[in-house]
Amino acid sequence: MRRRARPAAAALVALALAGCGGGGGGSRRLTVLAASSLTEVFSELGRQFERAHPGVEVAFGFASSSSLAEQVVQGAPADVFAAADEASMARAVAAGRARDPRVVARNRLAIVVAPGNPAGLSSLADLARPGLVVVLCAPEAPCGRLAAAALDRAGVALEPASREPNVKAVVAKVVLGEADAGIAYETDVRAAGARVQGVAVAGVDDPSLEAVYATAVVAGTADAPLARSWVDFVASPAGQAALARAGFRTP
Amino acid sequence: MSGPRARPPALVALAAAGAAAFLLLPLAGLAWRAPWSSLGAELADPGARTALRLSLVCSLWAAALSLAAGLPLAWVLARVPFPGRRLVRALVLVPLVLPPVVGGVALLLAFGRRGLLGPPLEAWFSVRLPFTTAGAVVAETFVALPFVVVTAEAAFRGADRRYEEAARTLGARPGVVLRRVTLPLARPALVAGAALAWARALGEFGATITFAGNAPGRTSTLPLEVYLELEAGRLRSAIALSLVLLAVSVAVLVALRDRWLRAL
Repeated sequence: MRRRARPAAAALVALALAGCGGGGGGSRRLTVLAASSLTEVFSELGRQFERAHPGVEVAFGFASSSSLAEQVVQGAPADVFAAADEASMARAVAAGRARDPRVVARNRLAIVVAPGNPAGLSSLADLARPGLVVVLCAPEAPCGRLAAAALDRAGVALEPASREPNVKAVVAKVVLGEADAGIAYETDVRAAGARVQGVAVAGVDDPSLEAVYATAVVAGTADAPLARSWVDFVASPAGQAALARAGFRTP
Repeated sequence: MSGPRARPPALVALAAAGAAAFLLLPLAGLAWRAPWSSLGAELADPGARTALRLSLVCSLWAAALSLAAGLPLAWVLARVPFPGRRLVRALVLVPLVLPPVVGGVALLLAFGRRGLLGPPLEAWFSVRLPFTTAGAVVAETFVALPFVVVTAEAAFRGADRRYEEAARTLGARPGVVLRRVTLPLARPALVAGAALAWARALGEFGATITFAGNAPGRTSTLPLEVYLELEAGRLRSAIALSLVLLAVSVAVLVALRDRWLRAL
């Protein structure tokens, strides 16, 4: 019994090691770190990219732009960085870890409410109604910074019930019915489908209140030409069409 | 009182040293990158102080509630045979294995505005848990309670029943036996369980941010503050706050150990 267990254990260890290696079988691998709001559209673009480049495997890491910027600055092995805000990209560039960022899309804020807009909200000022449970992104996240700026410019003083860590969490609180309203991006409202409804509001169309998405090649990438062609692909007509379908605005 | 000094086999000593190093190295990493010179300034920040105070209040409430609810449950599980006891025993462990974020969603589905118990809670008692400090305490209690139940149940089951029988034959009523014999016998385990529950509550993040949200002064405990500092790229501040959390918990656990566990 004891003797037989050894080869089994060795096989397990070998399997585990092989799993860690991510058996790409000699193929080229492109690692893209991207803002979570790009999840759906980048996954689709990744499939297109793999079809156009046989033998290439695109691997994504989706998270908030600020934590991705931290990973890039700390030297995470990645080929492309796509951020949802200029500050995060600027941090990576300033640290010498990202080169030549290219703006590929913009996103605009919208009020997110339950289907049918039961509270009848139509403006940012409506969010300050007493008794209304409103959630925003935390000021640390780009969506929270933009929402605060938009409210400030509209002269609306608002004490949110919660400052959620990211924009998906804001939408989730409205989907669950815990919050009556939130401020999210247009694309997140669209991605949530029929479970929520977006209310377009005046005063958020100012370019300074829009989220700016930029992609850049990460310095020290093992495959600079491939990373460059991903950045070009996102900026190409096909990439731009996919972004537009997801509700992003053109740069 | 310690037994005779044992000389460990070399392999055991090596493994023990490895395990200790594995636990200590990440702490050394934190200490290495800690902004020691500006630590005072980071901690004088009103936001950090509010979060620390809130963390202490919520975690102490959670530990107290875990004891109050966990001890009766542990005693019943240990002493009262009933159909489905094994199932209940397994279910008690669910919060330990459930990802805390999922625990937070589950709490919303139970106690949220559209949850199973949320609407009656609000209609009858005007209690609303999400986005409130009470909600943060509930989230922490959810993840902390199993530690009390597991340790206390093991103690109740392992206790020598002859002491209780002796007390009963001497005329003690069941309540007196419980208070004067069973609980004192189980005390080391109860203290350990309460300490573990408190520590788990203090570090709680996922269930809290999902169920209670993030509202400064109401639900933004120190772990939430640390996470948001990291999100904002303020690594130094995040490390400083983590060190406070660490120092407070180590101080309390060491004090507890000296006060309660050494004599036993």
